[in-house]
Amino acid sequence: MNVRTLKDRTAKGLMLTMTVVAILTVVAIAVGLYLKSRPVLDSQSLSSLLFGSQWRPLKGQFGFLPFLMGTVWVTLLAIAFALPISLFTAIYITEYARPMVKRFVFPVLDILAALPSVVYGVWGILVVVPWISNHVAPHYVDFSTGYTVLAAGIVLGIMVLPLLVSLFIEVFSSVPAELREASLSLGATRWQTALRVVLRRSLSGILASSVLAVSRAMGETIAVLMVCGCVVGLPHGLLDACYPIPALIANNYGEMLSIPLYESALMFAALILFVVVLIFNLLSRIVLYRIEKQNE
Amino acid sequence: MNNKKNKVSVGKRVKEFIAKLLMWVSMAVVFVFVVSVLWTIFSKGIKAMSWDMVSKLPGGGFYIGKEGGFLNAIVGSLMIVGASTLLGLIVSVPVVFFLNVYLTKGSRLAYVARLAFDVLFGVPSIVYGAFGFTLMIWFGLRTSLLGGIIVITLLIIPIFIRTMDEASRNFPKGILDACLSLGATRWETLKVVVRQIAPGIATATLLSVGRAIGDAASVMFTAGYTDSIPTSLSQPAATLPLAVFFQLSSPIPEVVDRAYAAALVLTAIVLVLSIAGRFITARFSRNKVS
Repeated sequence: MNVRTLKDRTAKGLMLTMTVVAILTVVAIAVGLYLKSRPVLDSQSLSSLLFGSQWRPLKGQFGFLPFLMGTVWVTLLAIAFALPISLFTAIYITEYARPMVKRFVFPVLDILAALPSVVYGVWGILVVVPWISNHVAPHYVDFSTGYTVLAAGIVLGIMVLPLLVSLFIEVFSSVPAELREASLSLGATRWQTALRVVLRRSLSGILASSVLAVSRAMGETIAVLMVCGCVVGLPHGLLDACYPIPALIANNYGEMLSIPLYESALMFAALILFVVVLIFNLLSRIVLYRIEKQNE
Repeated sequence: MNNKKNKVSVGKRVKEFIAKLLMWVSMAVVFVFVVSVLWTIFSKGIKAMSWDMVSKLPGGGFYIGKEGGFLNAIVGSLMIVGASTLLGLIVSVPVVFFLNVYLTKGSRLAYVARLAFDVLFGVPSIVYGAFGFTLMIWFGLRTSLLGGIIVITLLIIPIFIRTMDEASRNFPKGILDACLSLGATRWETLKVVVRQIAPGIATATLLSVGRAIGDAASVMFTAGYTDSIPTSLSQPAATLPLAVFFQLSSPIPEVVDRAYAAALVLTAIVLVLSIAGRFITARFSRNKVS
């Protein structure tokens, strides 16, 4: 065997190892987090951890329901807010816009996607929170600081906008041009074509993209932490403060490690987050891959 | 008959108009948000901005509003991001090369690998932070520059791989066949392939740097925070996002103003990276055969 072949073989082996190791990171994270959350899992049943609403670390009571509900409220609100805006924007870009418009819109979306979480947090505190406190809340409740589910939902909604728009554009672009042409030649308007041909054909892609955006929104930490209010309790409405899981981890980690089981409980929180994000990602990616493949 | 036909087309036109209106409104909303965020950060940040802020370390009374700047955070961020970008490139270029040159198109391993990296891409940075922290405890590390570098590297490798992989997808396979038919081994085609996907690598790098420099949740427990510039890997390091976050929670207005200034610096860095990324994708495709 000559030197060149040997080099090729060695390189192949090395690169294969690197790829496999990188894949195994997924497993390593899951195992690491699970091992760390074992103590709290042993001390209480899974259902009392997930559905208990008593959060008293000093007494060893860890009910995650307030945090889970906080995450659910904030995430759903963010998606409900971002979904229509991103759908209409993506339809406009793929079905209506001239190349000129695209050259203008893409950099804007780039900027929106590039801005760091903490910058959105600052903006939320300076703009969204006072707006809610002064203009929205007075119509419904006596007093609100503005640090609410609503504020977190709006900030988060804007943060997932660029992701949703770019995923939707990809999905819509995979609809064959012939279908559009057929529809238009039968006398349908552009909107009818967009609605009955493009959207209908893209349903699974839209769903997968939304699930992906949900999982992105769930893990967002700093921006949400800055505007959510961080009060432990079940939120009952948009103007209540909330305390999503990432905020819980970020706020307490490293500080309360002297309390028994507390670290383990926080690791369990990270594990919940990881598992949900993992499942959502797997499902939506598999659907999106299939769409991509059809396209080819 | 004629009347009916007219009615239908009027209905069509009204619907078309409403749909278009909604699209315009949506686009306007997006633009308004971008402008609002940028304007808020700029107008608040520029007031507290001064040369001292970006050129001096925090002085003795910095956190009660006296002299000094946040050079520690700027340098800390650059150190962490620079080192992890380098490490990230060393790991991801071979992986991307392997996925695209060594594996065939329908390969099971390639499918699983792409799926795994997409999933890793989606893992929240707070989870990376928590996982990184357990790793550090495992190895007996305290919050340090090294810890920050490790976690940020983990965070950006999936971004690197997925963006570079996207770029290599459009890479014409004919070139590869030409190389191989001339007797090159697959390893030797690296020279050609890298030149083809160079703009992709550059864009991926800028994108990852942007993500890495803005991420706060992962460095919170791993890099820690300090007022000085770290001189070794085992010392804690300050970062820009955390400088914003911590100073913002201060009750003293001058300190809060500095948080805005730090946010402005961070935003400026990220914007430059983002614009440069677009520019490179558009221009630097000289060696590219398409």
